[in-house]
Amino acid sequence: MSSVRTYTPSARGTYSDALDIRITDSSLRDGSHAKRHQFTGEDVRNIVGALDGAGVPVIEVTHGDGLGGSSFNYGFSKTPEQELIKIAVDTAKQAKIAFLMLPGLGVKDDIRAAHGNGGSVCRIATHCTEADISVQHFGLAREMGLETVGFLMMAHSTTPENLAKQARIMADAGCQCVYVVDSAGAMVMDDVTDRVAALVAELGDDAQVGFHGHENLGLGVGNSVAAVRAGALQIDGSTRRLGAGAGNTPVEAFAAVCQKMGIRTGVDVLKIIDAAEDVVRPVMDDECLLDRMSLMMGHAGVYSSFLKHAYRQAERYGVSGAQILLRAGERRLVGGQEDQLIDIALELAAESSQSQHAIIK
Amino acid sequence: MKHADPVRKATAAIVGSGNIGTDLLYKLQRSAHIEPRWMIGVDPASEGLARARKLGVEASHEGVDWLLSQDEKPDIVFEATSAYVHRANAPRYRELGIKAVDLTPAAVGPAVVPPANLTAHLDEDNVNMITCGGQATIPMVYAVSRVVPVAYAEIVASVASVSAGPGTRANIDEFTRTTSRGIEEIGGARRGKAIIILNPADPPVIMRDTVFCAIPEDADREAIIASVKQVAEDVAAYVPGYRLRTEPQFDEPSAMNGGMARVAIFLEVEGAGDFLPPYAGNLDIMTAAATKVGEEFAKGMQA
Repeated sequence: MSSVRTYTPSARGTYSDALDIRITDSSLRDGSHAKRHQFTGEDVRNIVGALDGAGVPVIEVTHGDGLGGSSFNYGFSKTPEQELIKIAVDTAKQAKIAFLMLPGLGVKDDIRAAHGNGGSVCRIATHCTEADISVQHFGLAREMGLETVGFLMMAHSTTPENLAKQARIMADAGCQCVYVVDSAGAMVMDDVTDRVAALVAELGDDAQVGFHGHENLGLGVGNSVAAVRAGALQIDGSTRRLGAGAGNTPVEAFAAVCQKMGIRTGVDVLKIIDAAEDVVRPVMDDECLLDRMSLMMGHAGVYSSFLKHAYRQAERYGVSGAQILLRAGERRLVGGQEDQLIDIALELAAESSQSQHAIIK
Repeated sequence: MKHADPVRKATAAIVGSGNIGTDLLYKLQRSAHIEPRWMIGVDPASEGLARARKLGVEASHEGVDWLLSQDEKPDIVFEATSAYVHRANAPRYRELGIKAVDLTPAAVGPAVVPPANLTAHLDEDNVNMITCGGQATIPMVYAVSRVVPVAYAEIVASVASVSAGPGTRANIDEFTRTTSRGIEEIGGARRGKAIIILNPADPPVIMRDTVFCAIPEDADREAIIASVKQVAEDVAAYVPGYRLRTEPQFDEPSAMNGGMARVAIFLEVEGAGDFLPPYAGNLDIMTAAATKVGEEFAKGMQA
């Protein structure tokens, strides 16, 4: 093994005395997209057991689109998410179980139910310019004694200055860590550095800053390192990339990189490498790959969760999935607008039948 | 009430001089059945009140106290303030025999969606306009559920960020809960779910709505399509920018669909651009539906 470097924390300090940063694994939440929301209780028990054993401090479990996501628009869950949260809580010995909710889709009662099932970290996500719709939910979460995380999604699509203002809204509402969320996997390292630095400067000691990366440009680990250098204290990933689009920052690779850099994550590198191969991979239908469709998402800045839906509608209507994604980018769709992918597929099908008609003429 | 003269328009006051109240004023001024006479606000510097005066309407910043102390009272009040204010005002309107069309989330009276249940509530003294998403989508749930049983209906409303006011933003759960209930109670679905998405794209996007209904596998698809098109026409009669984007789409049961057969209906709601910009179809459909409800009230008074 090569030598371990000495890590000098950013001016923002360290996550705790024991950890320089805290990793949250999202394979049982963002990975729900790759599984088309068909996780079983057994899948959750196995993965939580393995990640918990490897020392992953936080494991997120929810429908891919957050609490209440089980629907026609996003796909129905095979197993009710509250059941999965309960199984995760019962399985974990040391890890905290987190859950995600999107205001406008989930409601406060969903947070109460997840809390009742033992979830202890409440992560609330809005589009990066719409933070004010989360205020009531942060208020409730803090009232119930939940740890809170805020997700500013599609963060590539607004400026660092705007993002910092939105982060301030969340922090003032009771959010303890605001994440720069690269939902489209569209950021390169400087984009991450600028945004994380802007949030750190705005929030100071009022809240921590986190980063959630995707692999659509192959930069999940690199971007996460850039985030840490800029002062992020919480980093998301998914073991074996089990996530949306080309997948999330691979936790096993990021943990290995951190170890080499001397960044303390509390994750046992050899154990998480084994967990990725022996436990997570067998649950996956396919590897999450950086293929044409997912690269297109990073390139065009499209919400990663649209991937499987684009495949589905492309097949249903006999049109190009890549074209669906490009048009989703042109229409500037935001997270949650999966229904509009059907509208786009129909539009493409109508255009193609028109052009065929023209040729026949 | 003077019922003798059939050509006499019902008189109306708009309480709330903001954007919604102003857009409503433009629509009521075109009405063959309603004469908007008063615009009520609470701020002397209100642009809405100044605009109303220019449009020939008596405007006061002294609130509902002023309105109700006038010798002549309106037949109908349109309330475009807040839930809190309307809850306080509603009993006073009722005492004076004034009908109230409530555009706030107060829900003092029953919720009405014109094609689905308006005729059932014409005797009420107070009706609520539910939500923008509800006005746009519940007619479609109703269109399907009058043909086949709908075990579950789900709607997705996408609106331009700039058209979602601070009230909606601060209490977005209220939108989802109220609309879900309307899908069940008025739309006729056994279970309802509502989703709202705010899209900040610039230029702002026109309101889009998608309605998914679970239907029996052997449902008569032609009958559903005919019903959907008929109700879409009925709504377009009072919301000219209301249109189906495509033919209804039918899907067989699958795991992603929770094992249910479904129909998906895609809508676009473009505003009339009276005062609010055309992309704000979500606000236009509220003022247009309120106008429609007020006109049906007025016709009842004239009869």
